[in-house]
Amino acid sequence: MNTGSARPMRHSAAIWGGTVLLAVALIALPFALTAVGTAWVRITNLAILFVLLSLGLNIVVGFAGLLDLGYIAFYAVGAYAYALLASPHFGVHLPFWIAVPIGAAIAAVFGILLGAPTLKLRGDYLAIVTLGFGEIVRIILNNLSQPINITNGPQGITLIDPIRLGGIDFAKTEAFLGLAFSGPVKYYYLLLAVMLAVIFIGVRLQNSRIGRAWEAIREDEIAARSMGINTARIKLLAFAMGATFGGIAGGMFSAIQGFISPESFVLVESIMVLSMVVLGGMGNVWGVVLGAVLLSFVPELLRYTVEPVQRTLFGRMLIEPEVIRMLLFGLALVLIMIFRPAGIWPSAVRKRELAHP
Amino acid sequence: MEPVLLECRNVAKKFGGVQALSGVTFAIRRGEIYGLIGPNGAGKTTLFNVLSGIYARAEGRFFLEGRDLTGLAPDEVAACGIARTFQNIRLFANLSALENVMIGRHVRTRAGVIGAIVRGARTRAEEAAIERRAIELLDYVGIRARANDAAGSLAYGDQRRLEIARALATEPRLLALDEPAAGMNAAETAALRRLLERIRADGITILLIEHDMRLVMAVCDRVLVLDYGVPIAEGAPAEVRRDARVIEAYLGGPIAGDVAAAGAVAP
Ligand SMILES: Nc1ncnc2c1ncn2[C@@H]1O[C@H](COP(=O)(O)OP(=O)(O)O)[C@@H](O)[C@H]1O
Ligand SMILES: [Mg+2]
Repeated sequence: MNTGSARPMRHSAAIWGGTVLLAVALIALPFALTAVGTAWVRITNLAILFVLLSLGLNIVVGFAGLLDLGYIAFYAVGAYAYALLASPHFGVHLPFWIAVPIGAAIAAVFGILLGAPTLKLRGDYLAIVTLGFGEIVRIILNNLSQPINITNGPQGITLIDPIRLGGIDFAKTEAFLGLAFSGPVKYYYLLLAVMLAVIFIGVRLQNSRIGRAWEAIREDEIAARSMGINTARIKLLAFAMGATFGGIAGGMFSAIQGFISPESFVLVESIMVLSMVVLGGMGNVWGVVLGAVLLSFVPELLRYTVEPVQRTLFGRMLIEPEVIRMLLFGLALVLIMIFRPAGIWPSAVRKRELAHP
Repeated sequence: MEPVLLECRNVAKKFGGVQALSGVTFAIRRGEIYGLIGPNGAGKTTLFNVLSGIYARAEGRFFLEGRDLTGLAPDEVAACGIARTFQNIRLFANLSALENVMIGRHVRTRAGVIGAIVRGARTRAEEAAIERRAIELLDYVGIRARANDAAGSLAYGDQRRLEIARALATEPRLLALDEPAAGMNAAETAALRRLLERIRADGITILLIEHDMRLVMAVCDRVLVLDYGVPIAEGAPAEVRRDARVIEAYLGGPIAGDVAAAGAVAP
């Protein structure tokens, strides 16, 4: 009787211990990274932005099964919305807690604009239309400098307001409790908080009536409709939710960088986010987080290791770091897809899907 | 006599040059098990698809308890109280049996995005009720032990029962079954027959497409026979079985033996 009740208790104790350990590690991380180099804090912040994007895209692709190759457009919409609402470009300077939600809302509207005409499309056809949508948004941003200058074209928008929250200015280094909190470190904590919120939302959605409806349309749309699911509404909801997360990430990106241009929102970025979702484990929130973290850090690690390794081995540079970096990166992707086709940390559903094709 | 539950008036459906249905008119009374039979290609599945809103462009009208369902989308039809199964099983194959039935509860439950995220007392209660009901229904159709198995991994007969459980989860007034006994052995078919009678006893009217004539003759109160999309006979199974046009429609077809056999063994 005692052993029966002790086992789950030990189990939950292990979970709690792990959680506390992870929390301490996440809190201490930026200081450890600063010791290595401030660049690594920035890289981490960018990685968190990609986690946000991947979690957003996972709703559309992983949960609802709608292949979206233009997802970065929502990131762009969120980023430009923030930039236009908080920069000298129009002389508007809304605080971040107003500008980011507005950007997210506009992104959601764009999500519905993309979703509504594509409701009847699936698979390859949907992929092509969404790909076109992503490009259209980027091209519009590139050209909307005439006749009225709205986006400033390819030059992009500069001097975007950094985030100010209460008395904290995220652009400056401030001392607190004897520790120096640089701008990137403060952004790290803000991003961490947003990321935890988005993970929480993702997990809650996955195990809900709405999450099941998404699974149903992914599995069999006709059966889903016949069981009373309004597939049009539930698909639009997926597009809108995914776009909202993209818009939030975009607004934060804008504020952190202080500068944006259409170049940041090219097709390759959409494909990168999709790779994170697929490699990490489509449909599983934790797998997607892992995928985004890995695919964000591995290329950076290679950037910093490829050159010194060559110098020590051969005494000089044989292959450009950029070339070998992409080569190794591509190889890693291929290997993962061969050995773990459902992703590194797949959802149970996806595992079954590949087991019985 | 019980009042009419479903009324179909002059239903017709064309696929290019093929007139799959024409002039189909019938009424199902509450509490009936109403059979829909006919040779392969007679248009039975097409009638289900028209009725459940899958084929948007069709002629004719439908009324469920006097309410006009003509032209409604499939999800609206389900919300009005018609649930169906599919001849070529359409389960959510990679989801568990339990999840399949839980999805059937969608149309009778409410939690939205905010509810899912906040997960307040009401949402938690609703989720618990959904799961409880889904387990009850798995039990009801006799596959509770398979609750956590992937639907696609179940035995054929169990998949057919799971489809019935999922349809029942939508709380239908009319349950429309498209060849539920297909692929079942004699024991499974006998169990299915008991299940159908129990569903009817629990107050749900059944529209049954079935090729297994023994089953049709045993459970149906009335049957409608379609041939080339046209109704050729309607009535109690015993009458329909003796109808010259029905016998002719089936002659030479693979079912001919079945009709004769069912006639021979029926009391
Ligand atoms: N989607 C479709 N497109 C074209 N023809 C179809 C389609 N569905 C059914 N048919 C045709 O309609 C007729 C009736 O088919 P169906 O309703 O499946 O018959 P049953 O279920 O009675 O065997 C057949 O001739 C079939 O070939
Ligand atoms: Mg059929």
